[in-house]
Amino acid sequence: MNLDFTDEDRAFRADVRTFLAEALPDDLRRKMVERRHLAKEDIVRWQRILNARGWAVPAWPVEWGGQPWTPTQRYIFQEEMALAHAPEGSPFNVNMIGPVIARFGTEEQKRRFLPRIANIDDWWCQGFSEPGAGSDLAALKTSAVRDGDDYVLNGQKIWTTQAQYADWMFALVRTDNTGKKQQGITFLLLEMKSPGITVRPIPSIDGISDLNEVFFDNVRVPVANRIGEEGRGWDYAKHLLGHERSGIARIGLSKERLAQLRQLRADLAARGMLTAAEQARLDRKLAEVAVELRALELTQLRVVAADAAGGGAAGAASILKIKGTELQQRMTELTLELAGPAGLGVPDHHGEGDGTDGWRAAAPLFYFTMRKVSIFGGSNEIQKNIIAKTMLGL
Amino acid sequence: MDFDLTEEQRLLSETVSRFVADRYDFHSRLKAMAEERGYSRAIWDQMADLGLLGLPFAEGDGGFGGGGVETMLVMEALGRGLVVEPYAGAVLMAGGALRLAGSPAQKAARLEGIIAGQYLMALAHSEPDGPRHTVDQLRTRGVVDGDGWRLTGAKTAVIAGDSTDELIVSAVTPGGVTLFLVDPQADGIAVQGRSGYDGCRVADVRLDGVWAPANAVLGGVGSGSATLTRLFEEVTAALVAEAVGIMTDALNTTVDYLKTRSQFGVAIGSFQALQHRAVDMMMQVELARSMAILAALSLEMPAVERRLNIAAAKAKIGQAARFVGQQAVQLHGAIGLTLEYKIGHAFKRLTAIDALLGDADHHLDVIAEAGGLPAIG
Repeated sequence: MNLDFTDEDRAFRADVRTFLAEALPDDLRRKMVERRHLAKEDIVRWQRILNARGWAVPAWPVEWGGQPWTPTQRYIFQEEMALAHAPEGSPFNVNMIGPVIARFGTEEQKRRFLPRIANIDDWWCQGFSEPGAGSDLAALKTSAVRDGDDYVLNGQKIWTTQAQYADWMFALVRTDNTGKKQQGITFLLLEMKSPGITVRPIPSIDGISDLNEVFFDNVRVPVANRIGEEGRGWDYAKHLLGHERSGIARIGLSKERLAQLRQLRADLAARGMLTAAEQARLDRKLAEVAVELRALELTQLRVVAADAAGGGAAGAASILKIKGTELQQRMTELTLELAGPAGLGVPDHHGEGDGTDGWRAAAPLFYFTMRKVSIFGGSNEIQKNIIAKTMLGL
Repeated sequence: MDFDLTEEQRLLSETVSRFVADRYDFHSRLKAMAEERGYSRAIWDQMADLGLLGLPFAEGDGGFGGGGVETMLVMEALGRGLVVEPYAGAVLMAGGALRLAGSPAQKAARLEGIIAGQYLMALAHSEPDGPRHTVDQLRTRGVVDGDGWRLTGAKTAVIAGDSTDELIVSAVTPGGVTLFLVDPQADGIAVQGRSGYDGCRVADVRLDGVWAPANAVLGGVGSGSATLTRLFEEVTAALVAEAVGIMTDALNTTVDYLKTRSQFGVAIGSFQALQHRAVDMMMQVELARSMAILAALSLEMPAVERRLNIAAAKAKIGQAARFVGQQAVQLHGAIGLTLEYKIGHAFKRLTAIDALLGDADHHLDVIAEAGGLPAIG
């Protein structure tokens, strides 16, 4: 047993760090540091810089732009990205639809879609949740009826993140009502500009309108845009949700945020804005976060090592997701506490020009927005159901 | 980054695990606790036969030269069995002080007996009326008297202190804290043994002008704080591993109970509230396990990293042990409260481990004062 990275891994880390220091545009970095909302163009710009280096989609198969990295190297890459304040890219493109098409798509689909996904020539959104199908995703009702070489879609998706940006949606739709509800679900790719699609934004507590409803009114989708077999969409969706776990606890992100919290605390103290009691209390809370983060970091590294050896436990991703999101949310609480009342007058603005430090204005919105992380991707309660079943046999 | 065991380590882990599984059921623990000295000589002899008592000592001294990982494996296995024999107190703590600070002559006179299970030592350091977690803020005094020393003070929570062949006593002397080898039968010593709430035997020791010759000094006058600092890091790492073993067994026992206990016509493990609680326990056990590994590996790190990572491990284990212990009792219901059932014993030992060598709050303060944790890897 040892906690040392190999010389090879260290050299790899140095390469990544050097590249990021040179390649990350300063304005993007500043936006990230100040927790400001990134525009679509920001994310696309950074993704294309990464893509030019060959690092946009490292976890994909090598023939489609992936890198032959070990789980440890993927972990290092993600950590360095976070520590450098680099944006994460579009998870829908990189972590979700890309891997599904690479695994289950036809050669024609791969050639058509994958290069454009990697470069975000097409922005993708995820059409899974419906008003009656959230945690119980398999209860989804949006219907797709075969008509010649097309499916005809009717129904509604909801909580569709960044549908307002999207050129394409990957969606789960119902093609059969007769069997078990998990059967009869089909995985389709649809163009957002297809006639009959309406996108309606849903204002959210963080002041961002990234959530949407998407309505389908006799939308025609070519059968050629179906992934795999009709009725097997549930299997493909499960693959998508369990795809990549070397970065699931987002250790690098939390490290960077903890470092920033310490910096903010020091700045406020230096400006005489914190009493001695407040400083002691904050230091204590930061120590608790540091301990939790260290425990999670070691646990993530254990999972990475097990995956590298080909024997990781199935439910481990759920543990990392729950504890990782709890920690991220805890840190947003501390940012909020540090900011004090300074961010109160900022209902929907993302940290620009209020006569106060950008981060203090952004702190409440950061706190509100991060409530989503324990809800999306399978809520933490659903993750606990998964652990209870797969790891405890309950 | 490597979490695999060597072949030797795997063998050690299997050997101790098999010993605990075959020889140390809950009934063995109850029987050992009922013996006069509070643990079983027969079990102690078996532990000697397995080589466990020699594990941390250098090969040149007749031991096996085991390090942090080996000790972690042994302590985790002993924790799974709720072993009440004073392995941590006698071998790791008192034996560790001798190993770290003893002269060749002092070691030569004792190690063979310790490794064979024939010679028992106990560290008398904690005090009933002083600061709780300290290596140097002591009230026990050692004053020069002729060619030796006179020791006066009071010690508490001396593990297996009433059946020990020799005490190691910490005292403030000119030049700092000094450790002394003391015969518990010496004039001026009163030893009062009792059973701790965790089932482990402890003693209060009063020293009233106890004579210690010059050659009873362990490691040089004034070197005690440094020895104890290093020693407590090692033993803290060991206690953390023991807690992980206990928590692992408590979790398994609780999950089994959830699957078999029937109420409202179904196994109570079918209730989501209880499933999620069990998952919460399991996550704490896994985080704690990660910290036990960190603590064991930290022993080879430079001083600052070592100190802070071990503090982090003990802080995490303190919180996790409290949660897992409480919830193991809660999910068992009333049976969890009885002395006839092992969950209550696990809960009490976990509670004691938090209190020993600095509780979670103490170690969080250490980290807060240092301004956080150093990076690893």
